[in-house]
Amino acid sequence: MSGRHLVVGVDVGGTFTDVFVLDERAGRVATAKVPSTRGDQSRGFVEGIAAGVDDFAAIGTVVHGTTVGTNALLERKGARTGIITTAGFADVLEMRRRDRPTTWGLRGSFTPVVERPDRREVAERVLADGTVLEAVDEAAVRACAGALAEAGCEAVCVFFINGYANDANEARAVEAVRSVWPNAYVTGATEILPEIREFERLSTAALNAYLQPVVSSYLDRLEGALGTRGAAGDVLIVQSNGGVMTVETAKRYPVRTALSGPAAGVIAATAIARAAGFDDIITCDMGGTSFDVSLVAGGAAALAPQTAIDFGMVVRVPMIEITTIGAGGGSIAHVDKSGLLQVGPESAGSDPGPVCYGLGNARPTVTDANLVLGRINAERPIGGKLDRLDTAAARRAIEQHVAGPLGLGVEEAAEAILKLANARMAGAIRLVSIERGHDPARFAAMPFGGGGALHAGALIKEVGLGSALVPRFPGVTSALGCVVADMRHDRVQTVNRLLDALDAGALGRDMAAVAEAAEALLARAGVGFTRIDRIYELDMLYLGQTHTVSVPIAIGPDGLTRAAVMAAFEDAYRAAYGRLLDGIPVRVMNHRVAVIGRRPDLDMAVFAPLDGRPAEACRTGTRRVYADGAFHEAGVYDRLALAVDARVEGPALLEQADTTIFVDPGLVGTVDRFGNLIVRPRETGDG
Amino acid sequence: MNAIDPVTLAILKGRLEQIADEMDATLFRSAFNPIIAEAHDASHGIYDAATGETLVQGKSGLPIFVGVMAFAVKAVIDKAAKSGGLNEGDVWIFNDPYAGGTHLSDFRLVKPVFRDGAPFCFLASVGHWHDVGGNVPGNYNPAATESFQEGMLIPPVKLYDRGTFRQDVVDILSANSRLPMSLYGDLNGQINALELGERRMAALIDDYGAPTVAGALGELKARAARMMRAQIAGLPAGTVSAEDFLDNDGIVDAPLKIALDLTIEGERMVMDFSRSSPACAGPVNISRATTVAACYVALKHIFGEVPANAGVLEPVEFRIDEGSLLSVGPPKPVGGYTETILRLIDVVFQAVAKIAPDDAMACAYGTINALSLAGHRADGQRWVMFSFFGGGHGAHGAGDGLNHGNAPISTATIPPLEILEAAYPVRFTRWALRPDSGGPGTYRGGLGAVYEIELMERAAEVFLFGERGRHPPPGVAGGEAAAANRFTYQQDDGEHRPPLASKMVGIRLSRGQRVRLETPGGGGYGPPTARDPEAVRRDVRLGYVGREAARSAYGVVLADDGTVDGAATAALRGAEAAQ
Repeated sequence: MSGRHLVVGVDVGGTFTDVFVLDERAGRVATAKVPSTRGDQSRGFVEGIAAGVDDFAAIGTVVHGTTVGTNALLERKGARTGIITTAGFADVLEMRRRDRPTTWGLRGSFTPVVERPDRREVAERVLADGTVLEAVDEAAVRACAGALAEAGCEAVCVFFINGYANDANEARAVEAVRSVWPNAYVTGATEILPEIREFERLSTAALNAYLQPVVSSYLDRLEGALGTRGAAGDVLIVQSNGGVMTVETAKRYPVRTALSGPAAGVIAATAIARAAGFDDIITCDMGGTSFDVSLVAGGAAALAPQTAIDFGMVVRVPMIEITTIGAGGGSIAHVDKSGLLQVGPESAGSDPGPVCYGLGNARPTVTDANLVLGRINAERPIGGKLDRLDTAAARRAIEQHVAGPLGLGVEEAAEAILKLANARMAGAIRLVSIERGHDPARFAAMPFGGGGALHAGALIKEVGLGSALVPRFPGVTSALGCVVADMRHDRVQTVNRLLDALDAGALGRDMAAVAEAAEALLARAGVGFTRIDRIYELDMLYLGQTHTVSVPIAIGPDGLTRAAVMAAFEDAYRAAYGRLLDGIPVRVMNHRVAVIGRRPDLDMAVFAPLDGRPAEACRTGTRRVYADGAFHEAGVYDRLALAVDARVEGPALLEQADTTIFVDPGLVGTVDRFGNLIVRPRETGDG
Repeated sequence: MNAIDPVTLAILKGRLEQIADEMDATLFRSAFNPIIAEAHDASHGIYDAATGETLVQGKSGLPIFVGVMAFAVKAVIDKAAKSGGLNEGDVWIFNDPYAGGTHLSDFRLVKPVFRDGAPFCFLASVGHWHDVGGNVPGNYNPAATESFQEGMLIPPVKLYDRGTFRQDVVDILSANSRLPMSLYGDLNGQINALELGERRMAALIDDYGAPTVAGALGELKARAARMMRAQIAGLPAGTVSAEDFLDNDGIVDAPLKIALDLTIEGERMVMDFSRSSPACAGPVNISRATTVAACYVALKHIFGEVPANAGVLEPVEFRIDEGSLLSVGPPKPVGGYTETILRLIDVVFQAVAKIAPDDAMACAYGTINALSLAGHRADGQRWVMFSFFGGGHGAHGAGDGLNHGNAPISTATIPPLEILEAAYPVRFTRWALRPDSGGPGTYRGGLGAVYEIELMERAAEVFLFGERGRHPPPGVAGGEAAAANRFTYQQDDGEHRPPLASKMVGIRLSRGQRVRLETPGGGGYGPPTARDPEAVRRDVRLGYVGREAARSAYGVVLADDGTVDGAATAALRGAEAAQ
C-alpha cells in the first residue's frame, strides 16, 4: 500500500487527453498531454498515463473526467433501448413538454432515443397520492421484456406514472425484468429520480439506460487496460455535480457523467482560486464554438437541477451550472441585412476553423481578429496542429466581410469584432452574476482552455470584475480538477405536502437516513476523506406556484420543526424575490440531500515557479498590438519563466504552450506564489 | 446622437434585450398560475416614451404580445394625458382588450422610467391571469355575446401613484376573481419584473449616458424597417390570395371566413383583409391591434432574422375593415382571440407559400384547445383545472413537421400530467401521439395528440374552447390537410360530441366519466405521392401512419413483411398520376 503514492487525474477531451500526476510522497506534480484516441478512448487514456507515470503499480487512485457519455448522447451512439411503461403513456418521451427548438420559425424536429415500437405498455396504475389503483402483472412485464430483448434491445428502462409517489408497482416490474433480462442494463426510473414531473424523470432514466452499455463497457476496458499495466489502485469517475463516484456507481448511473469533463474544469478552478485567496470567481472556458461560464461564490460552484443536452434530451440530475453561449474562437463575424455587426452563433469550429488556418473557411472569426490585431503569434499556433497562421488571409476576410460594409479600417473592424464578442461574453457573465444578485466587483474571471486568457482583460473592463486569475497551466485544468474533486452523492425525493400538514420531525429523520445511506456508500469507496459534509435542502413554494425555491435547512440534534422550515423558506424566498406573500400556505415539494466526502486539499504551491526570473529577463521581444483604436508596442514574455512577484504592465503578451495571455493597456499582471497570473487595473495592481 | 457607432449599437442591443429577457424570467419564476409559470403566457419589453412603440421585447415571452404591447402603452399615454400626466413612481394597470389588444385575461402593468425629470421610456409587463371573473372559470367562455360575460374590464388606472401602492385597486381586482390568491401572486411577480427592469435600465443609462441609449433605440427601429424592406423586395411582385375558416363563433353554427389578399410592390407589402367576415356574435372577434400583432408573428416565423421592434411593420400596409371580425370595439366578446389569430397566421403562411414556397411552412394544428374542468372538493373548496393542449406543426420544404409542438403564438410548455394529477381530482388515462393525424405530403405534417381525462371527484363541469373541428389545418404547395380536432365526452347514456364541434360550456361529468381530446396534426408540404416510399414505410413502422393511409394517401403499397412493394407502389402512383 505504501508504494501506491500517485494520484492521477485524466481528462479525455475531443482533441487531447490531459494527464495530471500528483506524487503525494514527494509533493511533486507532473503533466502530460497526448492525442485522444477516437473510437476507443481507453487507449489514449492509458498512453497518457504512461507518458506521466513510469510504474503503474505506484498509482493509488486514478480519477477520470470522461466525455464518453456526453459524446454518446450528442452523437446518438447509445445502445438500442426499450421502455416498459404504464398503459396509455408510451409516447411521453416523444411528446416532451410540448415545446419547440426555436421560438421563431417552425422548422424543428425531434427524434427520441427510444423508437416508438420499443416503447411497450403494461396495465398498472398508481394515483398521485400513492394509491395503487391497479397492481402490475409481473407476467405481462416479463413478456414485454422478452419481446424487447428479442427485438434487439440491449438496455431497458421501466417507468410508471406517479412512481415518485409510490414505487411499489415499478419496483416489482423492475424485479420482474431483471429476472429475465440477459444483462445488467435495467434502469428503474424512480431509482434514478424519485421526483414528480413524468417527462423529466423518464428522459433522465431513458438516457441512463441508453448510456449504460456504452459507459459500462468503456469502464470495463479502462480497468482492464490499467490492470494489464499493473495498476491495482481505485478508479473514480467525475460526475456532472463536480463530485466523484466509484466505477461501480458510474456503471449504474452513467447519466451522472453527462457533463463530467466540464465539471472537472470548474472544480479545479475553484480549488486553484481558493488557494490563491479568491473565493468568488467566474470561470470562463473559451473553445472553438462556445464560451462556457460558471459562477463560484463563497468557494462553491453553483449547481443547476437539470440541463438539456440537446433539444428534448433533458437530464435532471444536479450538475455544475454551466452557461454556454455561441461565442468561441471560431465564431463567425458578419454584417446582417440591417447593417448591424453580428458575431456568432454560427461558427467555423476548429475544422475548417478560422480563415488563418487555411483549411477552407473564408469568413472572418474571432481568432482571425485576434491575429490581425497582433494578439496571437502567427508563428506559434496553440495546439500544435498547424505550423503557422495566415495573417494576410485573415486581413482580407475582415476587409471584405466587415471593414468594407461598415466603412471601417481593417484594424478598427477587427477590434469591433472583438468588442462585440467580448460584449456577448460579458452578457453571459452578467447573466450568472449581476442577474443573480452578485456584485461583479467581488469576482475574478478565471479563464481556462486555450482562448479565454486573450479576453480576460476586456471582461474585467466590460463587466467591472475585480480582477482576472490565469492559472499556471490553463490547458490541463480539467485533469487537475479530477485530482482535487470531492466524492459526492446527491439524492432527491418528492414530498408534495403542505407544510401545515407535514410531520417535520419525520421528514428530518427521513433525510438523515438518506444521508446515512449515502455516507455508507462513501465508506465503501475506499478513499480517504478529511471530513464528510451533509447538505440538506427542501424545494418549497407557495400553494399555487409551480416553480420552487431551494431552501437550505439544518437538521440539529433535536431534529426538524415546522417553524424552522418556515423560517428557512421565508429567508430563501425573500432573497430570491424580495417580498413574502402573507397568508398563503406553503408546500414542500421535494427534499434533497447531498453528502460530500472532502478529499485532502492539494497544496497549490507545487505550481510555484522554481527558478523564475524577473519580468525583464523573460522578455522575448515585442509585437505591434492594436488596442483601443491605436497601435501599441507590446512586450512579449515567456510566461512560465516568470518568477513569483514578477510584474508585467499592459499592453503585454505572455506566451506559453497552451495559451496566450493578453494584458490590456491599463492593466497589470503579477505572478502569485502559486504561479498564477493575477491581472488587475493599474490603480489597484500595485496594492 | 444620430451618428451612433455600429459597435456600440450592437452592444447596446444585446444589453437591452437582456433586460427584457430578465424581466420575463423573473415573472416566470415567481408567478402563481401555471399559464404564466409553465406556459409563459406573458411578455415584457421596453417602449417609446412618446409613442409607446415597441423598442425592445423579451425573447422568451409569448410571441403574440410582441405586437400588441405598443397599443397597450399608447393607451396609458393617452389616459395619462387626460388625467394629470405621468409621474415618477407611477405604475398603471389595466386589461381593456379594445385599448391594448388580446383578451380580458391579460393584465398589463405599465411603468414610465424617468431620467432627469422626464419620461425616458416605458417598461411593461403583461401576464395571463388565472381567473378574472365572468361566466366561466378560467374565462374561456365560448358562449359569450358581450365582453361583460367574459370577465371584469379594467381601464388604465394607477396601481402605484408616485410610488405609493394603492391597495384599494388590488382589493377591487381580488373581489372580482374566483382565484384571488393566484391573482395576488401573479400581480406581485409582475411588480417584481418591473422593479428589476427599472434597476437594470438605470444602470445601463448610467453606463452609456441617456443620449447614447436613446440614439441606439431610435437607430434599432430604423434598421429593423430597413431590413424588412429588403426582405419584401426579395419577394416576387404581384398579388396572391388565401382564405381559411373558423368552424363557428360558439353561438351560431356557421363558418367565418378570414381572407387575405397579399400584395408585394417593391419594398412595400399590403395585407388586405377586406374580404373577411363581419364581426360575429360570439367571442372569436379581435381588435385591430390584435390583427396587426398576429401578422407580425406570422411574418417573423417566415423571416426569422427581422428583429422584434416597431420598425418591422413600417413597410407593411394593413387594410382591415372597421366592424369586421378583425377590428371590433366594445362590447363585442373577444375571449377566444387565440383561435382567430392562429387562423390569421395560417392564411399568411398559405399566401406566402404561393409566392415563396421555399420560405413557407404548412399550417400548424391551429387551435389552443382551452379546456377547463371545475368543481368543488368534498370539503367545499373550489378547484379549476385549466390548460391548453398541443398538436402537430406543419411540414416545410426541408422536412416533416414536429410532433406535439406548441402553438405558433406561444412558446408554452404543457404542465406535467403528474403535476395536474397532484393538484386536481383527475387522472389521465391516455397521453399519446395521434396516428394518421399529420397532413400527408412530400413532407408529412407533425402528429397531434390524444389526451383522455377521468374525473375522480363526485361531479365537475367541463368547458372547451377549441377550433379546427370542421376545417382541418391545410397543407401547402400540394400538401394535404391534417386530421381535424375531435372532442368527445362520456355521459350515462354513452359518448357524445359537442354540437358546435370544439366549443361547449357546462358539460356535467360524474365520477369515473371521461373526456377525450384528439388534436389536429400539422398540414403537409408538397404532393404526398412524391414522398419517398421508404419514409412512408418508416412512418408505418413507427405507427405514425397506418397501412391503409400509406396506400390511400401516399400511394405506397407495403408487403406483408413491412417492406415497400416497389412494383405495386409504382403502379398505384402511376394510376393516380394518370387520373
